Amino acid sequence: MSPSPTADAPGAPHVVELVGVRRRFGDVDALAGLDLVVPANRITVLLGPNGAGKTTTIRMITGALDPHAGRVRTFGLDPSVHGEEVRRRCGVVSAKPALYDRLDGHANLAYSAELYGLGRGDHIDRRIREAAARFGIEHALDKRVGGFSTGMKTRLALARSILHEPDLLLFDEPTSGLDPESSHAVLDMIREMTDDGRTVVMCTHLLLEAEGLADQVIVMEAGDDLVAGTPTELTQRFWPGTVILVGAESAIDPAVLRTIPGIRQIEPDTEPNQMRLHLDGEHRTPDVITALVANGLRLTRIEPISPTLEDLYFAVRTKRTAGEIAEDGGRRLADGEGIDADATPHAVTDRNRQVAALTGWPGSEGSR
Amino acid sequence: MTAPSVPASPTAAPRAARDGWRDLSWRRVKIVARSDMRQLIEDKGFWMPMVFLGAIFFLIIPTVLLLTITKIGNVEVVSQMSKTLEVLPQAAQQQIEGQSPEGKTAYALAVFLLAPIAIVVPLTISTAIGASTIVGERERGTGEFLAHSPAHEKEIYLGKLIASLVPGYATTLAGFGVYSLIVNLLVGPEVGGWFFPTASWWTLMLWVVPPFLALTLSIVLRLSARVKSTAAAQQAAGLVTLPMIAIAYSQSTGALFGASSSGLIIGVIAWALAIVGLSRGMRAVSRSRLLGVNDGV
Repeated sequence: MSPSPTADAPGAPHVVELVGVRRRFGDVDALAGLDLVVPANRITVLLGPNGAGKTTTIRMITGALDPHAGRVRTFGLDPSVHGEEVRRRCGVVSAKPALYDRLDGHANLAYSAELYGLGRGDHIDRRIREAAARFGIEHALDKRVGGFSTGMKTRLALARSILHEPDLLLFDEPTSGLDPESSHAVLDMIREMTDDGRTVVMCTHLLLEAEGLADQVIVMEAGDDLVAGTPTELTQRFWPGTVILVGAESAIDPAVLRTIPGIRQIEPDTEPNQMRLHLDGEHRTPDVITALVANGLRLTRIEPISPTLEDLYFAVRTKRTAGEIAEDGGRRLADGEGIDADATPHAVTDRNRQVAALTGWPGSEGSR
Repeated sequence: MTAPSVPASPTAAPRAARDGWRDLSWRRVKIVARSDMRQLIEDKGFWMPMVFLGAIFFLIIPTVLLLTITKIGNVEVVSQMSKTLEVLPQAAQQQIEGQSPEGKTAYALAVFLLAPIAIVVPLTISTAIGASTIVGERERGTGEFLAHSPAHEKEIYLGKLIASLVPGYATTLAGFGVYSLIVNLLVGPEVGGWFFPTASWWTLMLWVVPPFLALTLSIVLRLSARVKSTAAAQQAAGLVTLPMIAIAYSQSTGALFGASSSGLIIGVIAWALAIVGLSRGMRAVSRSRLLGVNDGV
């Protein structure tokens, strides 16, 4: 199962390219000038809360919906014009598995095989069994999908998505409704799919599930892309120095911290008497600890922090709300601007966390 | 990152070209229709009432009525029915065969007065299927699968139209066979042998009923694409179907009662209306409607 070479043909260096795409639903802007580039043979994760425009983006990519403004190119083709050709090369798993409950597993896959032009016959039956076996659902092919668990439905939908050997796989919240074990298994399967050269675009609002999976992360909000890059790039952009978590027996006075050389940014932690300190570099750590002790603090915890995608998301949101990410998509931050000890938008961070808690955003509670 | 607004791709011309019939894949139409019908077959909750409805109209009611007239020989009923026959058009009265009053009454009943069954059954069944066919995809979430598939909207529409039309019409044809058998067995001895279906009934079943069915479905499928829920689709379809049944009944009765050419003429008009209805109805299915997004349409 090798992807079509067209994806890498001259003039079409990216599998997907969206430029200034706008889409309205009634009075609501679902996409508000979205720019997006999906490189070939990589996993691109669209990260954002509900209503960020992730699903609409997938629908734009396949041509299921047309843009009201902007340009969409998939495999170098305009899906509004060459929709059939584009969709034939895409495999989609939507948030709801979109299976026919009255049909059995085999019939669901056979329907898809026929619609995608594979035809019928023994060779297709064999292909269906192979695809189902890949996702561990072959034992249930003769059972009605209506009796499937959510996990089984997701596995069947994944099997259906690869049946016609698409070049581009689009997964919209593929672990929605799954238990942690099943989610883990599904994510492993998605990771395996890029091993044979496929391009994957995955939407999720679950930060943890993008962690370790994404080759490229695009943080979206309100139909717009806030930042994009590899996890490493983004981490370096938002945490150019070292971050340490410091805990003390009593409250840590930010005024004291501001007097200590080497601390670039002070960020309160969700736990009381704890602070996250952004330092110039790792070499500053001993000096900072010494200074804290010298100021009479009885330290209970000192821990180097490796920022997660969750940290990234909240950092992006914080900077965005504070107006520090604008038209340049955070590039100003990449140069180290906009970060200093005085610019600690606590209120914004707290508000984000409150929103996150209300929307079920993972990591909205507990230590970050 | 808000980029400058780029005008949407110039898609109008290619779309117009693609909208032609030449690009339609009948293979995919068949695939969609077959899958939908397979789902209906798998659903006992659907086909059991369908069989029951067909049995009532094609088997039970005719059997009871014709038995009452031919075998029980209820003089009062026969007398009343004979008087009713007098209101039939002259052309129809001249066609009535049979020697005895029972025979003539039974013949008229079988040939002229049970025409509604040929209309009520297919319209009821097909409307019930058609009303939920597109909105049902949306409600179940399977519209997403179709919207992302290579199938063209027209192919999906036609597939669903066929899947709605065939069960109703097939039930009607099967019921028509049963009805013919009953009529010939019960009334045949009274009129000198097997006589049913008459030429007018063949015209009705094969030429007049299909276009009325297609015309009604073209409206019902448009409704199904536009409404928000299956329940709303059923309600709206009911409102459409009742007048359609009335029109279809009056026209089909005219086809039976009138001269031999009247059925053919009514059929031609019905086909013309059906073709217009279908071509307009095809625009009702769009990917945004399959997805259930508010597109202001």
